[in-house]
Amino acid sequence: MSTLTPAEDELATPRVGIGPHLLSVADLGAEGIAEVLRVAEAFAEVERRSIPKVPTLRGKVVASLFFEESTRTRLSFETAAKRLSADVLSLAVASSAVQKGESLRDTIETIEAMGIDAVVLRHRSSGAPAQVARWVERAHVINAGDGWHEHPSQALVDCFTVRQVLAEARGAEPASLGVGCFEGLRIVIVGDVRHSRVARSEVLAYGALGAEVVLCGPSSLLPASLEGWPAKVAEDLDDAIAHADVVSLLRLQAERGSGSFVPSLREYTAGWGLTAERVRRLPPHAIVTHPGPMVRGVEIASDVADLPAVVATRQVTNGVAVRMALLFLLLGADSALEGLGGARG
Amino acid sequence: MAEGAPTVVIRGGHVVGPPASRRADVVLEAGRVVAVEADVAVPAGATVLDAGGCLVAPGLVDLHTHLRQPGHEEAETIESGARAAALGGFSAVMAMPNTDPPIDCAADAEEVLTLGRDVACEVLVAGAITLGRRGEELAPMRELAAMGIRLFTDDGAGVQSGAVMRRALEYGRGLGVTLAQHCEDASLAAGGVMHDGEWSSRLGLPGMPAAAEEAMLARDLALVRQTGATMHFLHLSTKGSVALLAAARAEGLAVTAEVTPHHLALLDAAVEGYDPVFRVNPPLRSASDAEALSRALAEGIIDAIATDHAPHPPEAKDLPFDQAPPGMLGLETALGVALGALEGVLSPEEVLARMSFAPGAIARVGPADRPAACAQGGPLVPGAAGHLCVVDPAATWTPDASRSASKSRNSPFTGTTLRGRVRHTLYRGVPVVIDAEAQR
Repeated sequence: MSTLTPAEDELATPRVGIGPHLLSVADLGAEGIAEVLRVAEAFAEVERRSIPKVPTLRGKVVASLFFEESTRTRLSFETAAKRLSADVLSLAVASSAVQKGESLRDTIETIEAMGIDAVVLRHRSSGAPAQVARWVERAHVINAGDGWHEHPSQALVDCFTVRQVLAEARGAEPASLGVGCFEGLRIVIVGDVRHSRVARSEVLAYGALGAEVVLCGPSSLLPASLEGWPAKVAEDLDDAIAHADVVSLLRLQAERGSGSFVPSLREYTAGWGLTAERVRRLPPHAIVTHPGPMVRGVEIASDVADLPAVVATRQVTNGVAVRMALLFLLLGADSALEGLGGARG
Repeated sequence: MAEGAPTVVIRGGHVVGPPASRRADVVLEAGRVVAVEADVAVPAGATVLDAGGCLVAPGLVDLHTHLRQPGHEEAETIESGARAAALGGFSAVMAMPNTDPPIDCAADAEEVLTLGRDVACEVLVAGAITLGRRGEELAPMRELAAMGIRLFTDDGAGVQSGAVMRRALEYGRGLGVTLAQHCEDASLAAGGVMHDGEWSSRLGLPGMPAAAEEAMLARDLALVRQTGATMHFLHLSTKGSVALLAAARAEGLAVTAEVTPHHLALLDAAVEGYDPVFRVNPPLRSASDAEALSRALAEGIIDAIATDHAPHPPEAKDLPFDQAPPGMLGLETALGVALGALEGVLSPEEVLARMSFAPGAIARVGPADRPAACAQGGPLVPGAAGHLCVVDPAATWTPDASRSASKSRNSPFTGTTLRGRVRHTLYRGVPVVIDAEAQR
């Protein structure tokens, strides 16, 4: 392995305590988000090396439990764990005891009995990670997306990506911007907010960092209540994006029945899709994020999806560094404690 | 049973009215109240129960109890549920018909009545309105009414078809029975697992809108107006329902309603940690709903408090929130929870009245419908049935569902502090609970 770089040296001194679990962006707050972004920046540097692997979490076991299909999030977390030299235990739910009627609680307790340090959990039920966090004895629980509730690591990836683009435009290092660069930034989140865990996490993350968050979508796809959300609603997408710094497009989750909330996909696209005409209203500096997978022709026109302003591929690339940072911040502190002969309560 | 009943003196308590609230001892013999007087002489061989600092009230009547037998004995049996009821001060519970099989014929009703014959409280049976509770064809209500069944409901679900409900009300009117509705429009409630509002939006859980309850309530009130039938509304939970009901009562419709202690005491925000113990139907609502329900109870718009005691075994509640079945235990904690939630709104005596006199009348087991010697929820006067509870309104205690008489553990009140506890319960003149301990 490579020798310690200044970036890694900086890692050795976490500034903000995080954990024991990451269930919601609210668990982090602005300080926690800033810390994740800071550490992720150091890992992004590691990733640019010829051998992008560090021994940081050697001997740790990370279990990846995806009770719902996912390609990019699962691969991203597993890659992140491997680059930190952790062992990855991946449960294929389709062929596991879950199919034989084993309960989530028994599955978790069985897996924890194998001596794991972290559970990366994706579940179709909102709140499942919060419940699992009550059942585990010592493992850290990381929410990799629960129902319509939250997808914290995705929102952190999005913040990281936005800062990266801002830094490039200013010719600065991303780390030098801190999180002050989000202050007053206008973020327009477009589409099926009601059923979107990405939207809930983004609202909390961007809101905590002082950005101005605007939601825009068919009324039937906005949540029943926005009481307590640090966000406003815009009626008209054309007006909203004309002043946007960032447009966050959400996927219309037709497979979850969201289709019945609007008269037709055609009508949805006409009102809330990022069409070739509409994209011209975007300010020149604005960027478009999308958590993937994209449904071209519905929430985004195919030609638009390939414009440089759309940073979806960059989000995927950044996903690994951000998730490395999360794993490091949640698990790395254990090593320090173990070294001192302490134990976590 | 009555022959075996001992002579009991309940000493030093405050007997609630009607006829009048007064300091008095109560003497029971052969299963009946024989004297209610201050400082009675204790007959030789009598069992003396201390009621110092306590209210002595008629045994409580629960209009809404899920005893789970037959079919789900892993959750509760008639025997265990009746014991939990006695500990909660109840001397009668109305067993809901959503068992497996549902109570939709004489044989099934007979089974529950037989199993309930020798337990710690009286077990009343509610029959299903429709066969299999499917909401399609009417159950044999005449046959069930002939067995003494006076309340019919498809509880667990509302009767979705307005046409079926209209026929049921017309038919039931001729039989002199009351139809009770679980107001929930299935198409509006579909998929919802908590109150649709601020918290469901924040937590990303599918919401069940208040309109799902109110739409069916409004429909049924129109049907009561149309048919002249008598109707009872189960576990109302929204401010809008209170407004609809208030208008119906002002109009003079023959309707009654109940509210649960948990809808008075708990709010939808309790779901924040996704603990399925807080999943219940109708869902826990907002603060303004709970406030409107308390006020409606105080103003007599809502008549009674009923538990909706709904046991589920631990494995059923150890699931993700949206997969766990709705329902929570209620019998043992009902009085303490209601007293706490209604503090400053209703006096303890008024709370007891809404858990005894009012539900007794709705269930048609009070003195208006039964001889005094076997009535439930009747005044404590000589000649009254020996169904009593002795309540210490100042006693504080901490419920622990793991020590519950119920076979299930799904109480949201475990570990909380309640004020007001049942000290003794008598059923047919026999002390079935003494000093908060079950005697059988």
